[in-house]
Amino acid sequence: MKYVDEFRDGGLARTIAARIAAEVRPDRTYHFMEFCGGHTHAISRYGVTDLLPANVVMVHGPGCPVCVLPIGRIDMAIELVLASPPTPLRKAGCGPSGRGPSRSLCTYADTMRVPASGGLSLMKAKAKGADIRMVYSASDALRIAREEPDREVVFLAIGFETTTPPTALVVREAAALGLTNFTVFCNHVLTPSAIAHILESPEVRDLGTVVIDGFVGPAHVSTIIGSQPYDYFAEEYRKPVVIAGFEPLDVMQAIEMLVRQVNDGRAEVENEFTRAVTPEGNARAKALVADVFELRRAFEWRGLGKVPYSALRLKEQWASFDAERRFTMTERSVADNKACECGAILRGVKKPTDCKVFGTVCTPETPIGSCMVSSEGACAAHYTYGRFRSEASTA
Amino acid sequence: MSAVRKGYVRPIDFKRGLVDMSHGSGGRAMAQLIDELFVEAFDNSWLREMNDQARLPMPSGRLVVATDSHVVSPLFFPGGDIGCLSVHGTVNDVAMAGARPLYLTSGFILEEGFPLADLKRIVDSMAAAAKQAGVAIVTGDTKVVERGKGDGVFINTTGVGVVAEGIEISGDRARPGDAILVSGTMGDHGVAIMSLRENLTFETTIRSDTAALHGLVAAMIAAVPTIHCLRDPTRGGLATTLNEIARQSDCGMRLEESAIPVRSEVAAACEFLGLDPLYVANEGKLVAICARNDAQRLLEAMRAHPLGRDAAKVGEVVEDAHHFVQMRTGFGGSRMVDWLAGEQLPRIC
Repeated sequence: MKYVDEFRDGGLARTIAARIAAEVRPDRTYHFMEFCGGHTHAISRYGVTDLLPANVVMVHGPGCPVCVLPIGRIDMAIELVLASPPTPLRKAGCGPSGRGPSRSLCTYADTMRVPASGGLSLMKAKAKGADIRMVYSASDALRIAREEPDREVVFLAIGFETTTPPTALVVREAAALGLTNFTVFCNHVLTPSAIAHILESPEVRDLGTVVIDGFVGPAHVSTIIGSQPYDYFAEEYRKPVVIAGFEPLDVMQAIEMLVRQVNDGRAEVENEFTRAVTPEGNARAKALVADVFELRRAFEWRGLGKVPYSALRLKEQWASFDAERRFTMTERSVADNKACECGAILRGVKKPTDCKVFGTVCTPETPIGSCMVSSEGACAAHYTYGRFRSEASTA
Repeated sequence: MSAVRKGYVRPIDFKRGLVDMSHGSGGRAMAQLIDELFVEAFDNSWLREMNDQARLPMPSGRLVVATDSHVVSPLFFPGGDIGCLSVHGTVNDVAMAGARPLYLTSGFILEEGFPLADLKRIVDSMAAAAKQAGVAIVTGDTKVVERGKGDGVFINTTGVGVVAEGIEISGDRARPGDAILVSGTMGDHGVAIMSLRENLTFETTIRSDTAALHGLVAAMIAAVPTIHCLRDPTRGGLATTLNEIARQSDCGMRLEESAIPVRSEVAAACEFLGLDPLYVANEGKLVAICARNDAQRLLEAMRAHPLGRDAAKVGEVVEDAHHFVQMRTGFGGSRMVDWLAGEQLPRIC
């Protein structure tokens, strides 16, 4: 496959691996956090760690939009579409709750399985009768709103900077079409705020329980925001950042560049993903986002808690398309299951195998925490692709 | 021409007619549908007896029975339809015991309002597939459910075949050291179907690989009568099939990713959708496990058959109390090829 196979070439991988092995100093360990779940997934799926020296340690970061979505936000979405006591008789023109037109919630696939309160998830709420539909794009949700004008269609928007422009686009399109039955329940979050939060965390700054010598920077996110937003981390925190694509050779190359920066005592932003990322990013996409969204003062992230100015909401101008303004939605914070270590795993404080429920009661079929839900979650990646490494010793 | 009138019944309008509740009522309309559609298409002496069962001669050997319900959306897809699929699927389930399939039964659940023209197309496709496979559809059943309570057509088929004494092919017979072979490219059927799914339509030249595999199996058994395991990697793909056999046989597997045949169009579609071709369904491929020393002979026999042209050795059976299926990636690392959790879902960003 042109433009794909080139980045999965085993021969080239061995060459880069040999270069990394020659480059690393035997007297120290290198800890690099891959921020994105996409990198975590690539590392696990292609067995990248098999090619790395033992003293290069990859620390999984919080960059999986499904994993960082807190339980409370899923609860809010479910409440929006699931009638509490089932009503046997429907009033004409009313939904199952008798509260007006029927509501449908549209969302991306992975979100469907995130555990919510009361043993629910969007998938289970759907089985209980809520009209919840899996869509492949924001425009699919808009299409449903156009095709079913008697139905309130709510798009549960999640994701980092990559999925934000398409959401902005459908809001503007809905306005242009004069749609009155389409809203967005916005859960878009921002990468730089999360990186700053991690670097400011006591585990990294004071306690030193999480060592981070550098970051493998986001791929798709950086195609939108560019490489400039990371300059601050390199300068302020003296942490090298190498933006890398999601292919395994991209990751290997980025690791080599990070090792070199550490050895040289440099802390710069370098761009391995030059085929897609520029310093400025995508100006049109950024303008689109700036037109539709504004910063929230704070937003709760699973595992990180309330992070200031880390998420977006619709501007006042677009309020009629904002589900949180249009409907009665109560913001809530719900604690994770006590046994679940997702929070610590997302911050790089713990590894999936440090969690007592990993692989026992928490599996991809019966996830307790969101890290086990998304294919990009650290727990799901280790369970699905790398479990044999930890199980081999117990066999 | 007989002077006796068949009845005061107007022939079914297969061009414009729709399935209605009377077609499953047990009355005249149902009898007419059976006469004019099913008996006409499947025509054989057992069916023409018009009993609620078929009395069949049994050749010597052991009886093999398999049943399968077929639910596919869309009903018509590049390379096939639910009709031929319902024959191939069950014929293959019987054949994977090393058996010769002989008879099929067919149960139809039809949705009120389904076009009779489409039903006829499906039944004709079934008849053609059965004829080509050399199996007779000897008895059946028809039910109609109200509009909105079905998905057009569901078909259940049960297959009966016979396996010769001495042939012992079963999922619990894989042994460490055995070779794992596949008969061809993985994921063709699943990608052909996905290319037509609502919201996901994309252009591809990929056609479903749906086919009856008993001819290939017969050729394989002629070359290596001591094949240990055979299975068609349908829903869940190669990955699921190997995990099933590993658990049944209390062993592990090691695959070589670069040896697994996948068409470039399928790989590209999977890449685009964020799916793994190892988990995508096949309807005309098989997995074979045999002793290491028999592998080359078996591979040659497979490649000599039109349905096994692209056969390849993709790995070996190993000892492993955890029943892990591991794979050396084309990249040079290693990973597990685990059971599918839920359904494969495209990634969001």
